[in-house]
Amino acid sequence: MKSDIDTRKLRIKNKIKNYFSNPYNIIVLISVILLSYLIIVPLVEIIATTFRVVQRDVRRIPGSKPGDFTLYYWTRLLFSELSSSLLYKPLLNSLFIALSVSIISITMGGVMAWLLVRSDIKGKKFFSLMFVIPYILPSWSMSMAWSAVFKNGRVGGIPGFLSMIGINTPDWLAYGPVPIIIVLSLHYYAYAYLLVSAALKSINSELEEMGEVVGAGKFLILRKITFPLVLPSVLSAFILTFSRSIGTFSVPAYLGMKVNYYTISTMLYSQNSANSKAVAYAIALIMIVISSLNIFINQKAIGARKSYATIGGKGGRSTVVKLGWKRHLIFALLLIFVIVAIILPLVILTVETFMLKPGIFTLDNFSLHYWIGKEGSMPNLYEGEAGILSNKLFWNSIWCTFKLVILTSFIASVIGQLLGYVISRGRRKLSGKLVEQLVFIPYLIPSIAFGAIYISMFATRHGIIPALYGSFALLVLISVVKNLPFASRSGTSSMMQISSEIEEAAIIEGSGFFHRFRKIILPLTKGGFFSGFMLIYIGVMKELDLVILLLTPKMCTMSYLAFMYTNENYEPYAYAIAVVIFILTFGSYWIGGKISKVDLVGGLN
Amino acid sequence: MSRIELKNIDKYYGSNHVLKNLNLTIEDGAFMTLLGPSGCGKTTTLRVLSGLENPQNGVILMNDEKIVDAATEFFTPPDKRKLNLVFQSYALWPHMTVFENVAFGLRIKKLAKEEIKRKVDQALERLQILEYSARYPSELSGGQQQRVAIARAIVSDPELLLMDEPLSNLDAKLRMDMRSEIKRLHMEMGTTVVYVTHDQSEALTMSTHIAVFFNGELKQVDTPINVYTNPANLEVAAFIGTPRTNFVEGRARYEDESLKVDTVIGEYSYKENTFTGEEKRTGEFKVVVGIRPEQITISRIKGEIPPNSIVGEVYSVMPSGSETLVEVNVGDTKILIKLMGLIRLSPGEMVSLGFSPDNFTVYDKDSGRLIKKVDVSDSDIK
Repeated sequence: MKSDIDTRKLRIKNKIKNYFSNPYNIIVLISVILLSYLIIVPLVEIIATTFRVVQRDVRRIPGSKPGDFTLYYWTRLLFSELSSSLLYKPLLNSLFIALSVSIISITMGGVMAWLLVRSDIKGKKFFSLMFVIPYILPSWSMSMAWSAVFKNGRVGGIPGFLSMIGINTPDWLAYGPVPIIIVLSLHYYAYAYLLVSAALKSINSELEEMGEVVGAGKFLILRKITFPLVLPSVLSAFILTFSRSIGTFSVPAYLGMKVNYYTISTMLYSQNSANSKAVAYAIALIMIVISSLNIFINQKAIGARKSYATIGGKGGRSTVVKLGWKRHLIFALLLIFVIVAIILPLVILTVETFMLKPGIFTLDNFSLHYWIGKEGSMPNLYEGEAGILSNKLFWNSIWCTFKLVILTSFIASVIGQLLGYVISRGRRKLSGKLVEQLVFIPYLIPSIAFGAIYISMFATRHGIIPALYGSFALLVLISVVKNLPFASRSGTSSMMQISSEIEEAAIIEGSGFFHRFRKIILPLTKGGFFSGFMLIYIGVMKELDLVILLLTPKMCTMSYLAFMYTNENYEPYAYAIAVVIFILTFGSYWIGGKISKVDLVGGLN
Repeated sequence: MSRIELKNIDKYYGSNHVLKNLNLTIEDGAFMTLLGPSGCGKTTTLRVLSGLENPQNGVILMNDEKIVDAATEFFTPPDKRKLNLVFQSYALWPHMTVFENVAFGLRIKKLAKEEIKRKVDQALERLQILEYSARYPSELSGGQQQRVAIARAIVSDPELLLMDEPLSNLDAKLRMDMRSEIKRLHMEMGTTVVYVTHDQSEALTMSTHIAVFFNGELKQVDTPINVYTNPANLEVAAFIGTPRTNFVEGRARYEDESLKVDTVIGEYSYKENTFTGEEKRTGEFKVVVGIRPEQITISRIKGEIPPNSIVGEVYSVMPSGSETLVEVNVGDTKILIKLMGLIRLSPGEMVSLGFSPDNFTVYDKDSGRLIKKVDVSDSDIK
């Protein structure tokens, strides 16, 4: 009997030793703990917050003390006379916007994808570059460009270009749902465009030629063969666009808040600013539920059928559809679209930064003041605010942005590689799947709601983590966690390319985990690592929604500074910053593409 | 140099029982081939031996020293087992040169630079690829990559060399060359080799011993000659040999100290000294007779059918240059015959077949086990 007990003891001892000597297990353990702490705990925390009385509401809730359980906030949000303006109206607005944006962008993107992939339209290379520009730029910069053109005198600040030249734009065109929908559609159609073109490229044209052989016309082939084959990607793009646009903050903030047109995300922001945090968190929870439902539907409805988009074999040879005489007409239409919707707004935005007073086209009105003017040099213009390049605030924001962007992309990519390792090696294990699911959660949470969660979580000291509110560390933390789904996905796909045999060959030779990672895995995945890095880099550079609740004027990014300038009606400064961001984003994008030789656009979806 | 013993090894992947109570001893200096169809557990056995996978039950001894004891969750890490492994995909590190690939393990062991250089060059020399030392794997042909993989495995003088289908990615001609290369290497180095393949001719030509696997169970361990001439059961008999063995059903009973077998191709009687000990001694029972296609002769019938000969009708003729396969219908049974050279026969012709009953194997149909064996010393030298 004694030896039996000894065996068991030894067994347990060895089991523990084996578990901890396997680095895979250590990474799993650490990532599960960290991810729970950074994702699950905050989520639970804000759920709890919405049921707890805060000091300032004690008077409103009879007989309560701070910290008591209460349904007050949920009742206030869902079933009070305020509900309509707090929740239902903004929610309806959001749904309306999201639905319209999805329909418009899918139609636009789908048609463009078909024209560029399957027709004999001219200038394919030019258009395919132009079409993705709105996607690379931050969405708020498009709304700024919109204002620069269509803004009228209803709210303060300088009027738009059209008002300047004497055309008074109606309110519905200047603010509210119409411009929001148009601007968002211009931003998100690129999604549909990229997804549908990828699907179209994978279809073997023999499938369509077969239709031709049996005598079907072009339109019939399009309707009966091509469309059903790309339908899964179309649906997928639809749901992605829908869930993105329902949670988006910056565009409705730029174009709606000033005229009291609220969406659910701007309502969250204003409740948070008005210090009714519990209500803001409750709104955040509702947003999370909606977005999770969306993703769930996406996976249920499309996941099963997705595979069929690639049926048709290698794709390979592909003949184009001849458009005939319409070819020139369509080319002209696309060109007009590119000029009006993409180039012109950028040009107007840029030109305005060089004009001291808007609308006066005399030579002496052109100046570099908003770029390099010294503080107080023009005291009657915007209280003598210095041009951005001479402005401490601006340089501070550049420094802050780059610090944030580089730190975040680096940390997130490294963690992404490690998580990718665990996910790819643990494909068939429970632990791998658990990590994969945990990492996916931030994807479900709209950025602004995620920001709200992190404020609640890290406003005070929390376990070993000190109060981080207002600190730079918090910005990095939230940006890293929010980008983990992308980082780990890129990590997983590059890890998948390394066969386990390549690694086992090193294990046999006695190469330990870190040695292996350094000598084998990293050298082989550096391409994937770099493109993952660039994707996050560009994403964080233009990010506003995620960090807006966490930033302070002292510590702000360029996006936030532009937002602040717009709020104070200092438009030319905001425009100048937008121009700088264009240049920086494009520059990084171009250099990144040169260095990594990967098509970053293709990886953006 | 190393003697390996696997005792009662069980391996599960989830609920999938991949290795079922495996017992196998590999003698020092042996070339043991694990043979079987895909998914039979042979690669898993290799991975359990190497330490890349751990079994749920069982013990592995290496030179009488425990390297695995599942009962106490004791598993020696792969690099402490004095072995090396050649992977099916070669698993060369694409970002390292041939030299760096081969030197990788030695560098981990912190050998002196000159020592590493000497050993690596020696290994490359041995595989005749020294001139490619500075190249990257992608700049080599498949056969050369294979040689690098082997050089990498032998450079550290392992006591046990494991090879997982190393030739399956090569074309037919290269495969033949590499076979003799590996065989020569084994003789020169004297290392114990465990070699996994699904190709029986590879197994038969290279090994000193073959272990045949089916569905995670070890069915037979023997010398190549014995596995070929006396497959232990019907499954193995059907798997080994191209073209396939002929199976002829019949009935048998034990009488006058001998086994009387009655089949469509005649009645035969076997003496006690050919029994395996699996035979039934009472009553009549069903048997299956195994006849290798190359052990049958065929002759064209001219005029009268000779008495006491087995007559059949040619069903199809498949000439392939060096040999011809002929299928003949005898009653309801189809018999396959392999003949050297080109034979002119046409379907429908009547032929008589000649057998040498001593070279038959006889199986109990119910248990599938071999009951009458072939005396190897008789059969291999005619």
